[in-house]
Amino acid sequence: MTKKRINPRNAYGETLVELGKKYPNIVVLDADLSKSTKTIMFAKKYPERFFDMGIAEANMISTAAGLASCGKIPFASTFAVFATGRVYDQIRMDVAYSKANVKIFATHGGISVGKDGASHQMIEDLALMRVLPNMTVLTPSDAPQTKKIVELMASTEGPMYARVGRASAPVIYKYEDLKNLRIGEGIVVEDGDDVSIIACGTMVDPALDARKKLLKENDIHVRVIDMHTIKPLDKKLICKCARETNAIITVEEHSIIGGLGSAVSELLAEEGFSIKFKRMGVKDTFCESGDPKDLLEKYELNEKHIVKTVRQMI
Amino acid sequence: MRTHSTNLIHKLNLIAVKIRKHVIEMLYRAESGHPGGSLSAVDALVALYFHHMKHDPNNPDDPDRDRFILSKGHAAPALYAVLAECGYFDVKELKNLRKINSRLQGHPVNYMIPGVEASTGSLGHGLSFAVGVALAGRLDKKNYNVYVMLGDGETDEGQIWEAAAAASHYKLDRITALLDRNYLQIDGNTEEVLRLESIRERWGSFGWNIIEIDGHDIGEILDALHRADEHTRQPSLIVLNTVKGKGVSFMENNVDFHGVPPNEMEYRLAMQELNLLEKKLEVYY
Ligand SMILES: Cc1ncc(C[n+]2csc(CCOP(=O)(O)OP(=O)(O)O)c2C)c(N)n1
Ligand SMILES: [Mg+2]
Repeated sequence: MTKKRINPRNAYGETLVELGKKYPNIVVLDADLSKSTKTIMFAKKYPERFFDMGIAEANMISTAAGLASCGKIPFASTFAVFATGRVYDQIRMDVAYSKANVKIFATHGGISVGKDGASHQMIEDLALMRVLPNMTVLTPSDAPQTKKIVELMASTEGPMYARVGRASAPVIYKYEDLKNLRIGEGIVVEDGDDVSIIACGTMVDPALDARKKLLKENDIHVRVIDMHTIKPLDKKLICKCARETNAIITVEEHSIIGGLGSAVSELLAEEGFSIKFKRMGVKDTFCESGDPKDLLEKYELNEKHIVKTVRQMI
Repeated sequence: MRTHSTNLIHKLNLIAVKIRKHVIEMLYRAESGHPGGSLSAVDALVALYFHHMKHDPNNPDDPDRDRFILSKGHAAPALYAVLAECGYFDVKELKNLRKINSRLQGHPVNYMIPGVEASTGSLGHGLSFAVGVALAGRLDKKNYNVYVMLGDGETDEGQIWEAAAAASHYKLDRITALLDRNYLQIDGNTEEVLRLESIRERWGSFGWNIIEIDGHDIGEILDALHRADEHTRQPSLIVLNTVKGKGVSFMENNVDFHGVPPNEMEYRLAMQELNLLEKKLEVYY
């Protein structure tokens, strides 16, 4: 059966347009990538509240902070690589340190960006944003969840960073079922008591596929957690997984250093759990150009490799 | 040319001396901080806060207030002294500069002190922040003005030019940047570290209205601010020709006093000079 796919970027653009009506104080900024980030949808509907800042990301972030200081809710968008690393100092000072109500929504996170190569494949953004005090870090896993999370970003005060990938994402949720989604509370998408896979963003779907396969072929019962919020981390849920299952695997389209895997392992170590544990992610290397599918295979971030990892651990 | 009463100018000059005394006192007590760039900025700050700007220390969040953004955040002592003398907080608190558990951080923080609009300290951000404030003002159909003070060395930063382009592109005529043109940055003369001239041609080609004045002449500053406010369709840059360390003879034009506080002897000497100046002005007044 082929899966229904929707691009989370489209969900972002459409949700901005909807929110634009509800919140007259939402403004949107982009840095010459509005066609890719889909902020162009908002730009068309609300041209007076859209600011194309040109290829000047530093200025975009600090300008967003200025707008926020006057009660606006600025959403600033560009590719994840330019939305974080390029402007780290601006985010640090003007957004995080200043507790500014700025929402940075990045697209093209991770290696599935594909053929543009490592220059455009952001695998450090979650680490860079997570280390900043006051910052909330979000990784929606499909289009309906993106919609819900963008809505929460608009209605919740404070500095926030969210990232989605470039590609269309298989639909995991019905929007109606996400009514109770809370920032900082992971979702148990499927339950199981052998292994917990804690995944985020684009890796939730392959984790679910891996679960099916392991159940059918090996009678291994996998619990799949969608950890859409990397910070603040859902400590309660992770500790529950550590108590109730025999192993924990984290999966993210991000470096194994500094992101979800790091956050979970820090917590497990401090809480005194001695449990089989594995971080799946990009193994401290820059990747390369290629078809997204081939890249995810080569860098071991797909269903097949998740299945393999689980089998090795059990 | 608007002329201001000599009374007003004397009053402001006296306040400026008082602010300079605070700055020296604060830096001496803190045993750290930046005298040179604080002292060069004082006269413009006094002109803004004690006469030109629309602001109310009792209502610091007034949506209609004029905004001032200290992009060169290391001049925080001058800003703090001005805010305290205006009544934003108790002057007694100035002695806590850079001390543990104090609101008066080494560089200003927006939510800690009433009257501080933006957290600065990393150079090059303030003009962009001003662009955001001015865009918000336009959306909200407000007519507040946005003033932002830049160091001359600070304009080495690429982000300044991103912001200069944006302010001009969006025709943000409510922005007035004040350039503290003291010709010094940390490693020496600005023209030797990384040439800034011709400032007029550079900013002019970015679409800015340029006004050049003596940055220690309160009358000229007030006139320039008025002209900048009146100017439409372009943001304005007031080039304040200043002297780093202004008001304390041995600090003037002395690059060594960029980020080094006075020791005890220097503190006494500096206060002596400033007290003398104050007396002279008082007699005249
Ligand atoms: C981004 C950044 N780089 C370096 C510094 C360190 N720094 C503090 S003040 C200064 C020199 C500033 O010179 P200028 O802008 O001319 O200021 P002023 O002469 O008015 O003190 C430097 C390099 C900084 N604060 N921020
Ligand atoms: Mg200077």
